[in-house]
Amino acid sequence: MAICSYLPDLLCKFPAIDDTTIRMARKSVDEGFKGLVRSYVNAIDALVQPLQWFLNYLERLFVGSPWIVILAVMVAIVYYGSRDMRITVGTIVSMFAIGLVGLWNDTMVTLAMVTVCTLIAILVGIPIGIVMARSERAQSIINPILDVMQTMPSFVYLIPVVMIFGIGKVPGLIAVVIYAVPPMIRLTNLGIRLVDKEVLEAADAFGSSPWQRLKNVQMPLALPTIMAGINQTIMMSLAMVVVASMVGVGGLGRNVLQAINNQFFTVGFFNGFALVAIAIIFDRTSQAYGKRLQKHSEVIHG
Amino acid sequence: MASHAIEVKNLYKIFGPRGRDFIDQVKAGLGKGELNEKYGHVLGLQDINISMPAGGVMVVMGLSGSGKSTLIRHINRLIDPTAGEVLYDGVDVCKMNESDLREFRRHKTAMVFQKFALLPHRTIIENTIYGLEIQGVPDAESRKRAQGWIERVGLQGFENHYPNQLSGGMQQRVGLARALTNDADILLMDEAYSALDPLIRVDMQSVLLDLQKELKKTVVFITHDLDEALRLGDKIAILRDGKVIQQGTGQDIVLKPADEYITAFVKEVNRGRVINVETIMKPLSSNPEGVPVVVGTVLESAARMMTVANQNVAHVVDVNGKAVGSIDLSTIISAMVTPISHDRVAQAAE
Repeated sequence: MAICSYLPDLLCKFPAIDDTTIRMARKSVDEGFKGLVRSYVNAIDALVQPLQWFLNYLERLFVGSPWIVILAVMVAIVYYGSRDMRITVGTIVSMFAIGLVGLWNDTMVTLAMVTVCTLIAILVGIPIGIVMARSERAQSIINPILDVMQTMPSFVYLIPVVMIFGIGKVPGLIAVVIYAVPPMIRLTNLGIRLVDKEVLEAADAFGSSPWQRLKNVQMPLALPTIMAGINQTIMMSLAMVVVASMVGVGGLGRNVLQAINNQFFTVGFFNGFALVAIAIIFDRTSQAYGKRLQKHSEVIHG
Repeated sequence: MASHAIEVKNLYKIFGPRGRDFIDQVKAGLGKGELNEKYGHVLGLQDINISMPAGGVMVVMGLSGSGKSTLIRHINRLIDPTAGEVLYDGVDVCKMNESDLREFRRHKTAMVFQKFALLPHRTIIENTIYGLEIQGVPDAESRKRAQGWIERVGLQGFENHYPNQLSGGMQQRVGLARALTNDADILLMDEAYSALDPLIRVDMQSVLLDLQKELKKTVVFITHDLDEALRLGDKIAILRDGKVIQQGTGQDIVLKPADEYITAFVKEVNRGRVINVETIMKPLSSNPEGVPVVVGTVLESAARMMTVANQNVAHVVDVNGKAVGSIDLSTIISAMVTPISHDRVAQAAE
């Protein structure tokens, strides 16, 4: 470069730390991490064992039951959740289509996975969201962590997850939860913070304890926002099960992965559309349910 | 249980992170404007001394920004004071610890809010029992008590509606029922009727006055409307820029306004509905003549009675029927129209 001949070398070529030092540092961090995992391997296994059991149980239940039972249960849930015939009929049609192209079992595996992931994300997300809403300090600490969780490419945190938990369903599950929990936390926090100050003041004026305030006022009034968070979490879990198939999660995701590797165009799209169908069923049902919870806010008297 | 008076003593509130640091300067005479300009703190209340009558209606009146809503929130300590005391039954509310304060709020106070502040996801009856639920009263018992108050405020048949299904006036009836169901001695009403239409407002004032006749609670009522203040208040305090500029009965304020600011207010008041006959009566000179008028009757009613009876004179009797003074129609009329001197002062003030 012409300009470089006038500049000192230091300003022209960025002074990187030399390769040997970086290699050394990298090696010691990796080794240290591996050593740490190795020494706690039993504890970690014991800790995630219940997850494994739960996941296996649900998977066996979904895959093992006759398809007609599963379909009946699904239709019942969708109907009682949404009270909407269109969504219910759409569910039947898309589940039939999935069955006809031979993806029933894979879909059940994915469904089990998404169910467990969503439950865990809710169980973890809501308490953290509540803590965040209660304290500015907690919010300022948790917010950047959530930013990292959401923007870090999911392949990157698959690496430590695999190092800690090995290959299998549970590491996949943990990766999916890490990816899907931030909206749950954020929207719980937001929902509680948006609760009308006047109503909170009224609760205080009648002598509510902090727990009564949370239970009677903050949670019920934040519910629409929390429902939106659950909806987002389900959508993100569904998106992530494909990536998680790289670490050994079965179901539709694995089929997609195989289709990518082998350029099976049709297989890829069949599985992709099956995921889309499930996503739409979940989304419409949970949204309609959330809307129904808000019936009281319809203004009848102007 | 008899209600107790509330004593507010030397109460100061300075809004801002370091409010306490400026309290001495404010006591030494640092003004509101200067405090804001130099230190960025807002002087909310300044040396408030009010004794609120037990079992009576205390009205705190002022325009927006005068500190009246801040003042009422000190009584149940939704706002902590910077200095001063709020005494109820000899106990300083400002010094209570968290659990005592919670008990005080649960059992001694109930509050009605300007924007109703009802829980939108609960039905009317569920809103009404809120205070009792917090206290831990069994559900069946609270529902029974709440039902009574819902009927008293005229909302029977709406128990299972949601607040959004009711009009503003009806929502505020719910707010009132919720406060009354709590069965507390102190009723705090923060601009409770300001958001209502004028006709509904008068209607709700009557509801409150009727209830108060039998309940005899210590009511603290905040308003920016002098007519409302005069109609409801056994005692009225007028606030401006966080200071009390006058306190006394409605008659005191109408007849002897403390400064031009209050004079300007009072000018528009219907004096015939505020001033009582005994205030302007002359001593009885001869035998009582004309229609008898009981002590405490306002001029407008007295004039109406005299006109109906087609007489120019009347005599004032006390509660036992003993004649104590006499009045005539021209005295009443001259007292009802605003004195010229007031008009001049008011114009000067404007």
